[in-house]
Amino acid sequence: MTNLAAPASDAVQAALLLAVDPVGLGGAVLRAAPGPEREGWLAGLRAALPAGTPWRRLPLGIPDSRLLGGLDLAGTLAAGRPVLERGVLAEADGGIVVASMAERLEANTAAKLAAVLDAGQVALQRDGLDLILPARLALVALDEGLAAEETLPPALAERLAFRLEPEAVPLDAASQVAAARARLGQVAVPDALLPALCGAAMQFGIASLRAPLFALRAARAAAALAGHAAVEEADAALAVRLVFGPRATCLPEAEPPAAPEDQPQDSAQPEPQPGPQELQEMLLEATRASLPAGLLAALGAGARDAARRAGAQGREGQRRQSALRGRPIGTRAGALRAGARLSLVETLRAAAPWQGIRRRERAGRPGPLVLVKRDDIRLLRFQQHTETTAIFAVDASGSAALARLAEAKGAVELLLADCYVRRDRVAVVAFRGRAAELLLPPTNSLLRAKRSLAGLPGGGATPLAAGIDAAMALAEEARRRGRTPLLVLLTDGRANIARDGTAGRPRAEADALAAAAPCRAAGIATLLVDTAPRPQPFAKQLAEAMGARYLALPSVDSQKLSAAVATTREVA
Amino acid sequence: MDIGASALASRKTVAARPVFPFDAIVGQDEMKLALLIAAVDASIGGVLVFGDRGTGKSTAVRALAALLPPMQAVAGCRFSCDPARPEALCDVCRDATDLVVATVPVPVVDLPLGATEDRVAGALDIERALAQGEKAFEPGLLARAHRGFLYIDEVNLLEDHLVDLLLDVAASGENVVEREGISIRHPARFVLVGSGNPEEGELRPQLLDRFGLSVDVRTPTDLATRVEVIKRRDAFERDGAGFLAKWAEAAAATRDRILAARALLPAITVPDVTLENAARLCMALGTDGLRGELTLIRTARALAALEGDEVVGVPHLRRIAAPALRHRLRRNPLDEAVATTRVDRAVTELFGA
Repeated sequence: MTNLAAPASDAVQAALLLAVDPVGLGGAVLRAAPGPEREGWLAGLRAALPAGTPWRRLPLGIPDSRLLGGLDLAGTLAAGRPVLERGVLAEADGGIVVASMAERLEANTAAKLAAVLDAGQVALQRDGLDLILPARLALVALDEGLAAEETLPPALAERLAFRLEPEAVPLDAASQVAAARARLGQVAVPDALLPALCGAAMQFGIASLRAPLFALRAARAAAALAGHAAVEEADAALAVRLVFGPRATCLPEAEPPAAPEDQPQDSAQPEPQPGPQELQEMLLEATRASLPAGLLAALGAGARDAARRAGAQGREGQRRQSALRGRPIGTRAGALRAGARLSLVETLRAAAPWQGIRRRERAGRPGPLVLVKRDDIRLLRFQQHTETTAIFAVDASGSAALARLAEAKGAVELLLADCYVRRDRVAVVAFRGRAAELLLPPTNSLLRAKRSLAGLPGGGATPLAAGIDAAMALAEEARRRGRTPLLVLLTDGRANIARDGTAGRPRAEADALAAAAPCRAAGIATLLVDTAPRPQPFAKQLAEAMGARYLALPSVDSQKLSAAVATTREVA
Repeated sequence: MDIGASALASRKTVAARPVFPFDAIVGQDEMKLALLIAAVDASIGGVLVFGDRGTGKSTAVRALAALLPPMQAVAGCRFSCDPARPEALCDVCRDATDLVVATVPVPVVDLPLGATEDRVAGALDIERALAQGEKAFEPGLLARAHRGFLYIDEVNLLEDHLVDLLLDVAASGENVVEREGISIRHPARFVLVGSGNPEEGELRPQLLDRFGLSVDVRTPTDLATRVEVIKRRDAFERDGAGFLAKWAEAAAATRDRILAARALLPAITVPDVTLENAARLCMALGTDGLRGELTLIRTARALAALEGDEVVGVPHLRRIAAPALRHRLRRNPLDEAVATTRVDRAVTELFGA
């Protein structure tokens, strides 16, 4: 019982809480590169669970037939009746599923996982099977993302109680956890706890109601683990550190809010008592202490929106599908026309159950070994290679003049509408002052695009090189994901901040040209829109260095701009 | 493992799991009202619930299922044919001489994201094909949802070919399956209920248009409501049966309210002045086509029925204008005003504050 002797770290505690109440807590996000810490955490969690608890790995890009289940073709044909092949989720009922490289999970897969986490069961409607399979499990998502916005889909992260950097968990916790599991149902919750948890969540700007619910369950598990009959302050403090700490989007105001007066009629509220208020203060302190130093400073500086954006990152949405190229993402029934690619295995799978009937219908006439009909044909579906991600790099500096910035915003919004119609993805980078900022990670949500633009401030110097670098990083990532990047750079070309953040036009211009070179080398379709009232030679020079189309736009003419982007896009 | 017995067993265990009661959902009045309206008048065309994560969107839909009053259907019919509507019977029931009527629960069918086309539309029964070499149609989810509700969580992530299928069936009210030389058509009329989060991607405009009502749900922002939500959720999880018993009376009252509203619905009158007002509202908002107006009137009538009012007036229009119209406005990306605000503004301009 090493973890009783010395106070265990939060990462270790999280593993033990998860072992006590896996279904209630949903799981954890482990944000770390592969390594001994992560393996040690997983091994510790596994050791803490009762012997024989299912433990399954979920590889990235797992097909639905393995994730949810489907028809076991070999078994079906051998048995002469449908035989179910359980998916990973149903196999893991009562246990843990570990998802590798969760930061690259598709929105669609994430939504299926979320549905199973919510329902505790797999609703299987596949291959002629109509089944409900129990799948009460917890998910451990291994997030290997590097950039802040490179993380797992928010819809899934939201359903996992903890988010932590792993460290090795002692391997001898099993008996302690088993005792806690037995006690969990009897742990009492003081009346003051619930209002305090909800209040603390609000103070940290955590909108979702799942967070306080997770905190409540975590507190209960912590009490059970510590052998307390009721949730004590230390249990609650641990719970909020683990659940609220990573979710906080702002710092609490100094003044606690007045007790709400307009209570809904249908809810019987407990009388305001000093309990919740004091408890809440304690919980606020506990959460505050768990925030990393850098985040604290950022939040304090009012970068609340930035944090929220980073948390709400998404790369979901409709995918364009092509018949021929790209990454295969499944099969569908269809006619085998020119250009379509046949999926032989899936076609045979579709044909297999009907062989008996078809042979009988042929009434003994000789025929091929396998009778395949048009209905059986299954075609491969691909994620289209040419799906476009339009990356807007917007110069928001003072030299671009505030009035022009408003015009540029208007133009970008028009282009966004275009992209929405074409179902392109859109990303927005703004650069001003000393650095570039990712305003909007690639998305096809018009709503989010509009919101992010609305909050774009202007003014300051022109770090053109940083802007190009940031846009290029996005373009490279889009490429890695099998999409075609399209870069639109709106600037007046008056670069005056170098890459290292020092002021000075010559250095800044040299750096901008240096940043432009990889763009040309990579052959990324680029449009440079010169927004200066009098077009500058340097902007033209930069466009050449980037291999970009150059468009001088002394007055932002949205029609012209839109047409230019469309042409560039065709080239891409 | 093989399926037969185990499939039945697992379905049973699921049926026994308690569902969070509809009336115990704190706040979210617009969502609850929209679902009740859909339960009163199925012809309104479904409900889309879009909004923040963790606001109990799917909880509400599943709760409605537990609340719906049972319906009359032809006993043993796989499509739950309505004995009161001879013109809409399936082929088997039409040929039968004597229809036995049974009282059955209204189906609320889940369409999970990973569903394959054969299970949605129906296909030949693999088991019978393999074991007996017979061609027998195995109805899919669309058949099961007939006369009830079809629920799709994360509807904006549904695969394109399934959306196509849904649009087709929703438009014709009939599902057609061709396979192995046999052709099956059966009625498939259902109330489509979808939920999702707009930040994860837009809904295809054609599908958006299929929904009669569209509801925005937001996370409650006042402490008392939030505490109450968690408190009830926790009480339900710790003692489901006890919690249901506590809310049984409220559930019965809501069920009676739906029944009373359905009975009242045919008797409700819509005066010309209300029709005019509805038309003026739609014109002011520039909604496309007549569907908006039709939905607005029908929804107002169902609301009046729920409230026990016999005449539809401006107060009814005012209350349901936003859910009936907000998803029908022409999209203008440059207009910063959110759809709800635009509807509210038009309502205020026409009918006064």
